[in-house]
Amino acid sequence: MTTLLIENVSKQYGKLETVRNVSLKIEAGERVALLGHNGAGKTTLMRMILGLTPITSGTISVLGAAPGSRASRTAIGFLPESVAFHGALTGREQLRHFARLKSATMQRADDLLDRVGLSDAADRKIRTYSKGMRQRIGLAQALLGHPKLALLDEPTSGLDPISRHEFYDIVEELSAGGTAVLLSSHALTELETRTDRIAIMSKGKLLADDSLATLRQSARLPIQVHVTTSEADADRIATELGGERVNGRSITLTCQQDGKIAMLGQITSMGAVIKDVDVIPASLEDLYRYYSIAGEGA
Amino acid sequence: MSIFAITRLELLIARRNMWVATSVILMALFTVVLTLAGGAPTGTLGVDPLTVAITSITTLSVYLIPLIGLLLSFDAIAGEAERGTLALNLTYPMSRGEILIGKFLAHLSVLGVAIAVGLGLTAVLTIWQYGMTDLSFQPLLKLFATSLALGAAFLGIGYLVSSLVRQTGVASGIVIIIWLICVVLYDLGLLGALVADDGGTFTKDIFPWLLVANPADAFRLINMPDLSVSELASGVGAAGGASGTMGQLTSLLLWPIIALFLAWTAFRRVEP
Repeated sequence: MTTLLIENVSKQYGKLETVRNVSLKIEAGERVALLGHNGAGKTTLMRMILGLTPITSGTISVLGAAPGSRASRTAIGFLPESVAFHGALTGREQLRHFARLKSATMQRADDLLDRVGLSDAADRKIRTYSKGMRQRIGLAQALLGHPKLALLDEPTSGLDPISRHEFYDIVEELSAGGTAVLLSSHALTELETRTDRIAIMSKGKLLADDSLATLRQSARLPIQVHVTTSEADADRIATELGGERVNGRSITLTCQQDGKIAMLGQITSMGAVIKDVDVIPASLEDLYRYYSIAGEGA
Repeated sequence: MSIFAITRLELLIARRNMWVATSVILMALFTVVLTLAGGAPTGTLGVDPLTVAITSITTLSVYLIPLIGLLLSFDAIAGEAERGTLALNLTYPMSRGEILIGKFLAHLSVLGVAIAVGLGLTAVLTIWQYGMTDLSFQPLLKLFATSLALGAAFLGIGYLVSSLVRQTGVASGIVIIIWLICVVLYDLGLLGALVADDGGTFTKDIFPWLLVANPADAFRLINMPDLSVSELASGVGAAGGASGTMGQLTSLLLWPIIALFLAWTAFRRVEP
């Protein structure tokens, strides 16, 4: 059974339509990144999946259950954006409380505290925690009760680079265990290798939903090639290759995927005057901008 | 299971926030003072010393218990919404009714402990001063049970306010106004109406029911041992005897149920 099935879902607040006719399907073990700037409708979509906000039209089902039903809530682990807890409790007390609600064992709660690297701070009041530590408690509670679907809203905000890396390791473990993961993020580059599919939302509409490679192909964004040479040769090589000199010794060239090999051949044939070559494919950021602008035009 | 998990957590929070200590100290302090002070005129009046203490404590409890109840509850929903913990809690597999009952059980326990400590001290002090003979503890038990019912009613009212407004600041203002109306202004209004009516239909047919409709007044009436003593305490109290113990008891039992039901209805409509 499909873990998360969203069909033609719209959400209207008065005259404002924050989610427009979105359809999305996530199978067990799939990791999908939901991209979009603030106000694109990502959080509203998640709240509808959770049953916190009523759906205006369309249907959502979590393992066949309606959003907000006990069955769907048992199946979901949720990490809200800017997660908050009662400051008077310790991390362990808070997590054990959530474990009771999810019918998980106390041992599991303690293990998760270790897993997210909070075992040392577990018995301190949450009020003394940094934003990153609260985020870790938030992640730990989302993992309780072996969720079939993990909804992570801006999970890496407030985490330092090393913690982000650890976070994606945990996401990988989750999906390996058959959990479907839907996460939204602003930090685009880290997603590239860490998700199976990318869904781009803008102004309430889902503009793209595919693997990174396919998105790249269909966007046909140019590949950038940076060539480094000596100062004396820079101008001559720039004209010869049809590129643009960006500073003393660098030249930037652009080409499409199918012309990449030919261009690299041309560059290497020039011999010793070429000091270095970098090939930079369209980044997620470029793709995101491309699809957002394309969607706004439509 | 979820209900008790919430009760457990709320009790922990109440202990950390010093709510348990504050409530217990408040009740203990006032009941001890009233028990000791109430003992002074006993000899001349010739009434059971416990009766005198209970009369004073009842008068005080009418003010104190609704206040503690409202202070414990006004933050319950609005506070969670403001802190940002409500949305996450509502994604856990439990109903809003369970959340409300869980919190209610915790807050009622805090009240129960405070009242029990206060009345327990009264009993101990009275026995210590006058010995066990001729003391009847039944009114003390009645006072305990009805105090809990009164507290429960105001806990429910507090949850209702907390569900209807989004800011704790507003909620606290509203509960203070409600408290003022229920324990002070309502009686003043009724007295004014009595004076204006001068023994007409209002006084005979409507007034007793209006009086007992306020849980604070129902509580006052049910715990006044007899008319002679209650006249000492409150003229209004004595005048309302007409509606009878059944009416007072019904009021005290219905109020918590109605208030909690309304709170639940309001809480169900809260979108975090």
